Amino acid sequence: MYLTPVQTLAIILAVAAGTQITRWLPFWLFPENKQPPAVVIYLGRVLPPAMMGLLVVYCLKDAAWLTAPHGAPELLAIAVVVLLHRWRGNVLLSIAGGTAVYMLLVQTVFDAGL
Amino acid sequence: MLTGYLCLGLAYGLLMQAHGYGPLWSTLMSAIGFGGSMQYVAINLLVSAFDPLQAFLLAIMVNARHIFYGLSLLGKYKGLGAARLPLIYTLSDETFSLVSTVAPPEGVDRRSFYLAVSLLDYSYWVIATALGGLLGSLLTFNTTGMDFALTALFVVLFLEHWKKPENRPAGLIGIGCTVLALVLFHDDLMIPAMVFILAALLGGRKKLCT
Repeated sequence: MYLTPVQTLAIILAVAAGTQITRWLPFWLFPENKQPPAVVIYLGRVLPPAMMGLLVVYCLKDAAWLTAPHGAPELLAIAVVVLLHRWRGNVLLSIAGGTAVYMLLVQTVFDAGL
Repeated sequence: MLTGYLCLGLAYGLLMQAHGYGPLWSTLMSAIGFGGSMQYVAINLLVSAFDPLQAFLLAIMVNARHIFYGLSLLGKYKGLGAARLPLIYTLSDETFSLVSTVAPPEGVDRRSFYLAVSLLDYSYWVIATALGGLLGSLLTFNTTGMDFALTALFVVLFLEHWKKPENRPAGLIGIGCTVLALVLFHDDLMIPAMVFILAALLGGRKKLCT
């Protein structure tokens, strides 16, 4: 626990508020079967893939890129996820396999003796 | 659907536990925040400096896909009165994929059908999270590196989008803009990255619209 309970609750509420806005917005903006403007439909189509790219990089921001092992365990585990997903296309298998490989790598091969 | 929710919910409860947040916190987050991948991202927010504004903005950006879901469900949820409140509150990826592909069975009221789908999905997720949190306090194995489940989840979702060639430019924009923001702003990359992405997507609209 790094935050106080009040701060934690504030984060939870902030996350909930942000999430809820995304759910209600279209129903507020287009109460009847009014056609949404083209730019909204466009963003609704292109934002999801772009956000996944953002989230992947965001997750890797704390990896050691400039010092050893230069992100090697992260890149190896991502390669495992990609290969597993290409091979079987099973979401849970890809996640579990990649995570297991990553845990193995950071706990043995790349263990910095933390 | 149940297995998917159970596994990801369990993993979420376990991860929260590993970061010092017990089953009460993870269940609370699931019940109030209810938003799959965003909850995973929020673990990072809970272990870094207190910044509710970033959490709020990030939740909007990460869950921007709900706007798209809502737009395509406008018709289906039309005229359902007060039932729309819980339906919209619990709208999720899984509910959307089900409701948008399966029609209510013969003889079943449209409102009851949609409500049942949404509320079942919601309760699966909350229960799975609670179980994960409880298990996490019992298990004592070395969880170092388990956070990678989150990275793996996003890599998989990215690959799912990548299957459609028309999604690839936007996916590359997402990666490119975020790497640029990481190089320029280091730990405070999130909001600049979102600004870069919006600018690139809007600027490249003519090319990406084809």
